[in-house]
Amino acid sequence: MRAMNYRGPQRVRIEDKPMPEILHPEDAIVRVTRSCICGSDLHLYNGNVPDTRVGMTFGHEFIGVVEEIGSEVHKLKVGDNVLVPFNIACGKCAFCKQGLYGNCHESNPEATAVGGIFGYSHTAGGYNGGQAEYVRVPYANFGPTVIPEGMDPDDAVLLTDVVPTGYQAAEMGGIQKGDTVVVFGAGPVGIMAARCAWLFGAARVIIIDHIEYRLEFAKNYAKCEAYNFKSMNDPVVFIKKETDWLGADVVIDAVGAEAEGSAMQSITGRKMLLQAGSATALHWAINSVKKGGIVSIVGVYGPTSNLVPIGNVVNKGLTIRANQASVKRLLPKLIEHVKNGTLKPKGLITHRIPLEAIADAYRIFSDKLDNCIKPVLIPSTAKY
Amino acid sequence: MENINKDYMQIEGWGVDADPENDPTYPMKHRTNEEHKGYHWERSEQQPALVEILHSNERPNLSAVFGTSAPPKGLSGMIRRYAFRYSEGSFAHWIPLIMADRVNVIEGIIDDLKRGRFPNIWAEKGLKARWKYDKKKIFQNIGAGTLLISGVAGFLFWKINTIKA
Repeated sequence: MRAMNYRGPQRVRIEDKPMPEILHPEDAIVRVTRSCICGSDLHLYNGNVPDTRVGMTFGHEFIGVVEEIGSEVHKLKVGDNVLVPFNIACGKCAFCKQGLYGNCHESNPEATAVGGIFGYSHTAGGYNGGQAEYVRVPYANFGPTVIPEGMDPDDAVLLTDVVPTGYQAAEMGGIQKGDTVVVFGAGPVGIMAARCAWLFGAARVIIIDHIEYRLEFAKNYAKCEAYNFKSMNDPVVFIKKETDWLGADVVIDAVGAEAEGSAMQSITGRKMLLQAGSATALHWAINSVKKGGIVSIVGVYGPTSNLVPIGNVVNKGLTIRANQASVKRLLPKLIEHVKNGTLKPKGLITHRIPLEAIADAYRIFSDKLDNCIKPVLIPSTAKY
Repeated sequence: MENINKDYMQIEGWGVDADPENDPTYPMKHRTNEEHKGYHWERSEQQPALVEILHSNERPNLSAVFGTSAPPKGLSGMIRRYAFRYSEGSFAHWIPLIMADRVNVIEGIIDDLKRGRFPNIWAEKGLKARWKYDKKKIFQNIGAGTLLISGVAGFLFWKINTIKA
């Protein structure tokens, strides 16, 4: 089969790889029909996630058709169209039973701090991902969800990560009616978080980034205010000014380790890898939220440590909430939101690129070329 | 304070999921306290380890399922095995892993050459796309590279001449 193959920082290619096999009685093999490149894939692409091994296939956002099932799979059948949550969860461990499906204890031997994730380094379990024609899907009785009849595949593929992560970012913010919410990062997840903040009753939603075309897109898609931090002297002072000098009620970090905006953070975090990525957005979030406010983190950081003003967290009495999205928990509600038109995820997709052009797709998304917001990869085996 | 979007309540879906109980003290997890009983839930059948799988020393075993995408091998594999002696809280775990990743890149190039394949760096870096959408950046990079190489070469030339004199 054809699959993406990681060769080193900023080097990927498509090549023939062996077909995935059933390795466990609860496995399924899925023929991929849509797969995305996620902003967090760029951390892998740039070589910033430890234990990212040459030869791996990335891709944790994908949908497809069940081609084969293991002997213990009873809840799926061959031919089912499924969307596959990006996190691999058993559904039986103590954490899964609490709805923490992003924190499963039975899907990743290599690290206890993160559950298994498709195509996301050996730190997240060493699984090959969905930027391929076929993929092995463990715990097929639990994770994969049959796509409702009539749902557009472009909507379905975004329900595997972008929509639940954006939604959970807003949910973790504990937004109350009338709140002012600031979102750092106008990538697909940040835009979705801004859109979802309205669902919880926000009265004002502000998104901050430095890429003009993304800000313009966010303003239209998420109906929010959008500002370029490069046009401000200091984003923290800007937000204070905009919020009657008190700060926002809720601030969401939807940027993570690749943040720009601070030379010191960029050099130590992204160039020298002395930190687990650049924590500029998180720094701004802590400083621009109101005393007693909530910082919600969905931006991805590495496993070591970051320079953040933890003293201000204490002195301001902040609550910090963070997690990988619990996709399976949120899916029933989000599927309803998509079916009734409240959320329109496919509007985020700007590029449809054949899987064969994977290297160009990564370059376009990574360098933000051609006004790219969200690229979707289509393997030649996809029949719709 | 001026509210810029005065019609926000008209936005489709506004407030539909508002939940006064979702404050920071309201746990999102459905608390079962099962973890208080320790690590003894009903596990799925153990996937057989047919290739070498390294596991964190913060757990006693392999998880019931795991990926087998790229087992450790060569020099990078030796470094990775060393890294896994240390816990996830230790730099002695993560820094060797990053080193191993870089060594692994060189191993990948050697593997390619052994198979008679010369890596097409231009294609792997997706520079065709950059050429299509952002030629300026390519010329900037070429210019910066040329300047840097010229500077280093000039300095070395001057240094050699100084030593000879």
